[in-house]
Amino acid sequence: MADYELTDLTIAAARTGLRNRDFSSVELVQAHIDAGEAARDLNAYITPTPERAQTMAAAADAALASDEAGMLTGIPIAVKDLFCTQGVATTAASHILEGFIPPYESSVTANLWRQGGVMLGKANLDEFAMGSANVTSYYGTVTNPWQATSGPLKGKDLVPGGSSGGSASAVASRIAMGAVGTDTGGSIRQPASFCGVVGMKPTYGRCSRWGTIAFASSLDQAGPLTRSVEDAAIMLGAMAGHDPKDSTSVDIDVPDYQAGLRASVKGLKVGIPKEYRVDDMPPEIDALWQAGAEWLRQAGAEIVEISLPLTKYALPCYYIVAPAEASSNLARYDGIRYGLRVDGKDLVDTYEGTRAAGFGDEVQRRIMIGTYVLSSGYYDAYYLKAQKVRTRIAEDFRAVFTECDVLLTPTAPSSAFAIGEKMDDPIAMYLNDIFTVPASMAGLPALSLPAGLDAQGLPLGLQLIGQAFDEARLLSVAQSLETAAAFDKRPIRSGAA
Amino acid sequence: MSIDRAAVTHIARLARLRITESDKEKLAGELSDIMNWIEQLQEVETATTQPMSSVIEMALKMRPDIVDDGGKADDVLANASETADGHYVTNKVIE
Repeated sequence: MADYELTDLTIAAARTGLRNRDFSSVELVQAHIDAGEAARDLNAYITPTPERAQTMAAAADAALASDEAGMLTGIPIAVKDLFCTQGVATTAASHILEGFIPPYESSVTANLWRQGGVMLGKANLDEFAMGSANVTSYYGTVTNPWQATSGPLKGKDLVPGGSSGGSASAVASRIAMGAVGTDTGGSIRQPASFCGVVGMKPTYGRCSRWGTIAFASSLDQAGPLTRSVEDAAIMLGAMAGHDPKDSTSVDIDVPDYQAGLRASVKGLKVGIPKEYRVDDMPPEIDALWQAGAEWLRQAGAEIVEISLPLTKYALPCYYIVAPAEASSNLARYDGIRYGLRVDGKDLVDTYEGTRAAGFGDEVQRRIMIGTYVLSSGYYDAYYLKAQKVRTRIAEDFRAVFTECDVLLTPTAPSSAFAIGEKMDDPIAMYLNDIFTVPASMAGLPALSLPAGLDAQGLPLGLQLIGQAFDEARLLSVAQSLETAAAFDKRPIRSGAA
Repeated sequence: MSIDRAAVTHIARLARLRITESDKEKLAGELSDIMNWIEQLQEVETATTQPMSSVIEMALKMRPDIVDDGGKADDVLANASETADGHYVTNKVIE
């Protein structure tokens, strides 16, 4: 097979090809390494690891030859550079982790490698996963492989979304077959929508957070980015599971998600939350949302309008809870134990100088907000209030799930925008996550899948939100939607095909 | 809620961030805008609501109180900028 045919395969198809000996993992991985080299300008990877990839591919071929294949044996995967990888630089896209080489492997990536996955490299992201456009990375902006075919954005480089922008760009541009990202308020789903790929945030607790660099510990969750719902099911099955090293990882069985995809949506109730119909929503997104509901209705589901009254408060609530947790988590970057050190005249001067030089503007902004809302005199008015509002948001979701099984919404209020836009207006940037943050605040699983193109020729995603630990049903509904949407468009930057 | 230069200086000190005088003005404006936007949370009725402590209802697992890992001082120190005799080296903190 030609290289561009190899890089175009889904994970499911590549597994079949590997098992039938149509090609080797070494060939498959080399095709992706070469494609990645040719697309260096997308800046999707901070640290490519081609030598490690080829060593892992050779081991995968040996396992395949002795019929000892795991769920992902021989499949080349990009890893968001927020997961610690033993012996490979891990940066969180921050200057402050310059030179940090983890002496241990994160649990999620260890699970992938145990199932035979092959690491292509460490994917770019917003610094410490804080951002919605992948423009805050110390290692430079990531470019979306899609380009507008008409309108004012034509000819401009576009953002891939964020924070898992490198992961989404790599999967969309066919320089990775799948990727692992993390999602705190939409960091998998929103870039998946902007790049026309599938992105899934599992239930909080489904995947271990051990060895993942912490942003907001009560929200952070790892998940897959892939080019099909089936691939997401395969990757999630490999990543998920209880881990004694993370006390918030849940000790319940991981179902066979791929087998569960065959479940019918007939008779399921799909809720349409009316509060997501925001005033300034582009008509195209509203139309796609209605089309999505119609597709599910035709597949046998019942569509019900439901109400989540606290929807508009989820985002401001998030911007207390997440920065508060971030300010605490990022206190560990002191210049002494790892990463950058800027020596000062005394210890406090060393701390302050190191952190000023090491953290970028957005990270500093969030540390400042978090420190403020946790500080004496403001804790009750802000942090405690936000934690109460968060309880009510979760109660809202619990109530609607007595009326329906799954929710359908748009993923983001726009398609990809130009690099450089919204840079001077933090709140405008935060509003990218208006539809993704509520499910995060309630810890629920949610998935974005590409459902169409807008008039500019850019992909738009639809989001499904499920009940806690009901990823199997979420994925089966997603597959029904995927079949109906029949999205077969590809970005201009996606190899030779 | 308006955050002024003095408040920025105070918060920056708590957060151990050195912020230049010229950046303080800009940051005061940005943080004030963000906090004013967040202020809408006060509209939500929470008089009888408990603050969230765990997003997923679960009982934390117990484990035996035994040492099952350790003896990795070299690994722990491997990424430090300066070490001596199995310790981190910091600025002098005791006069």
